[in-house]
Amino acid sequence: MRDISMERVNTTRQEILDIIKSPTLTHEQKMVCLAGKADSLLEVMDLPEGLDELLNAPIETQCICDLNEGHAPMRPRYIAPDYEKFLKNGSAFLQLEPPTDLFEALNALLIIYKHVPSITNYPVYLGQLDDLLEPYIDTVDEKTARKLIRLFLLQVDRTILDSFSHADIGPKPTRAGLYILEAEKELEDAVPNLSLKYEEGVTDDAFMLSAIDCALHSAKPSFANHLMFRRELTDRYVIASCYNGLPLGGGSYTLCRLILGNIAKRASGIEDFKTRELPRVMEIMAAYMDERIRFEVEESGFFEHNFLIREGLVERERFTAMFGLVGLAEAVNILLEKEGRKGRFGHDQAANDLGVEIMEVIDAFNQAHVNPYCEVTGGHFLLHAQVGIASDVGVTPGTRIPIGEEPEELIDQLLVLSRFHHYFPSGTGDIFPIDVTVHRNPEYVLDIIKGAFRKDLRYLSFYSSDSDVIRVTGYLVKRSEMEKLDAGNAVLQDTTALGLGASKNGKILERKVR
Amino acid sequence: MKKTDKTTAVVNKIIPFSSVDGPGCRTAIFLQGCNINCRYCHNPETRALCSACGDCVRACPGGALQRARAAGGGLRILWDREKCLGCDTCIRICPYGASPKVRVMTPSQVMERVRRQIPFIRGISVSGGECMLYPEFLTELFTLARQEGLGTLIDSNGTIPFRDHPDLLEVSDGVMLDIKAFDSGDHERITDAPNARVLDNALFLGERGKLYEVRFVIAPHLYDCEKSTEAAGRFLRDIYQDHPFRIKLIACRPMGVRKEYADFRSPSKEYLERLREVLSRMGYREIIMI
Repeated sequence: MRDISMERVNTTRQEILDIIKSPTLTHEQKMVCLAGKADSLLEVMDLPEGLDELLNAPIETQCICDLNEGHAPMRPRYIAPDYEKFLKNGSAFLQLEPPTDLFEALNALLIIYKHVPSITNYPVYLGQLDDLLEPYIDTVDEKTARKLIRLFLLQVDRTILDSFSHADIGPKPTRAGLYILEAEKELEDAVPNLSLKYEEGVTDDAFMLSAIDCALHSAKPSFANHLMFRRELTDRYVIASCYNGLPLGGGSYTLCRLILGNIAKRASGIEDFKTRELPRVMEIMAAYMDERIRFEVEESGFFEHNFLIREGLVERERFTAMFGLVGLAEAVNILLEKEGRKGRFGHDQAANDLGVEIMEVIDAFNQAHVNPYCEVTGGHFLLHAQVGIASDVGVTPGTRIPIGEEPEELIDQLLVLSRFHHYFPSGTGDIFPIDVTVHRNPEYVLDIIKGAFRKDLRYLSFYSSDSDVIRVTGYLVKRSEMEKLDAGNAVLQDTTALGLGASKNGKILERKVR
Repeated sequence: MKKTDKTTAVVNKIIPFSSVDGPGCRTAIFLQGCNINCRYCHNPETRALCSACGDCVRACPGGALQRARAAGGGLRILWDREKCLGCDTCIRICPYGASPKVRVMTPSQVMERVRRQIPFIRGISVSGGECMLYPEFLTELFTLARQEGLGTLIDSNGTIPFRDHPDLLEVSDGVMLDIKAFDSGDHERITDAPNARVLDNALFLGERGKLYEVRFVIAPHLYDCEKSTEAAGRFLRDIYQDHPFRIKLIACRPMGVRKEYADFRSPSKEYLERLREVLSRMGYREIIMI
């Protein structure tokens, strides 16, 4: 372990004291922040040359961001346990027998959630809930089943204090799935995040209309293109955290992101960007990710000792990593300006074409880079259109069109998006606030989803423009909770602070209403 | 601007994705020109065809309008989409209830604009103005739309007899028909036209399963809506048994209405709810209030 300066120690000590005295952090939020500070004092990884300048810089110039993963990752960033196996076998570590009815199944899930780590210290994946619960649905009467599922979801919201916790349903309609939708429509809570895996011909319209009705009340579920995901990741995939497609029974070791706009600022023009600056930054980021993965696999001990591994609920061989990016829009606009050419990303053919060219460069790099511990995805990372973080200023998530610059017509926006979603098996997505009149025509949303998925869009979210629960970038918050926090009060969920930051820095309340 | 050919139409605008012009997501096409004069018309600029008087040319702050001689020799107003600021000054000052921001289009030109939305839309709806002033155009457009697997709906005020246009009905999924008042005197006061043909159309279309939706515009300041809704409900009940349709109760709102007719209050939700209750008791099932 390398030494660090006393100055850095003292800065950190002051930060620790600030956390302890914070008026707006809850006890649990303080514990998480304190752990992060402890970890930040370590220097145990062998970092690639050139990383420091690209990583440790203000947001105006930073080119690589590791999303607060810390200096000594002790567990993979995202973990997606095979909960079906857990319910089938029970758990020796947790001293649980396999459940025999809906009471026991829900109880078992609530217990294991407390023991599934992640970057947020809360589980980012809560399971394919409909398939998990459907086998137990007849063990109680219908009224009891509905009530149990509602109480389960309520407990999830009030105890898993982070809306990156994600549950999945679909593609087949089930009673459990329907009860979940009906409960969420009434609860209007931020947690869990919820995806419906949709496949035309498999998911019926009636089930989809219930889901859309729920989405227009509670901003969830989002809709995932099941056909697209299963072609890339097989049927054993999950949607976790914001909208991340990952192998079931595994997950992602790490997620770092390229800040493309800032890389473009360093380039003299398009050619220089594509052949020199971008490849150099990608090399360094990939090397950094390789080193983080090496530490997790070879040194952290997670893969030898955690009960999830020992009981086969996750397997080391089913983990991969996410090669993320943000700010394609800024990169394109900056490069066109440097070349003295006209055009804005999202509006002009030439600008969108440049966006595709940049994505081809990134995709080719990723396909050529090999990591020995990503066997499940052919030895490669998966590309990821990262949704941004609260402190981002002037950085557009992934390949989205910046808020405030959305094309006048939704069709034009969708046709641009359809050129980019296919690059990102580990997640991308777009969000559309919908005018309330659509409450009377949910089939409008259904038609758009069907068309979008035929056009290779991957993941879509909708919320009603007058809803309290809204989707920030990928996760959900309540406007009412943001207002409380903004007034200086502590709030239950840590993601509320992220939402508040994004609403101030990222204009998320100003999206074009459709 | 004159209609130069039977198979063109003057197009006021095309909305790529509409959620309020029929089921699902549809492209809505608004044709220019109307044969009646509803007091509460909320897009009055779609009523008349341009006479090329040139008032708007002088008033346009963006210099987007120009008066020029058309190929046929007559005068017409040319609209430059690039220069247009979208301020709608031209529409506000037009003494005739027309708009210079229109295009004469053939069915295949319109279809080109529709195709872009495939596969996001399940169909097209044509409205106005009064789109039944262009029956040949509609027939051709719908034929093309059906070749693409799209649904085809007509939004009409019902004053033009559908029985005269069997070819059009053949390629139409149905009609969204306004019954602006059940009493003909009321109808005439609201629109300048009696309603015998409207009611005849309702029965004619209903019997053939071509009545997709009936709309009542609820404007209590103009007529007795409760009485009218009830009477219309009784009138339509028989055809409803064999070919059910949807009913839409549209609360009349002052937005977009000409100034001289805009001084009124929209009916309350409770008022609409009461009308819905009346229809619901008669056995109508799908009733939408907007």
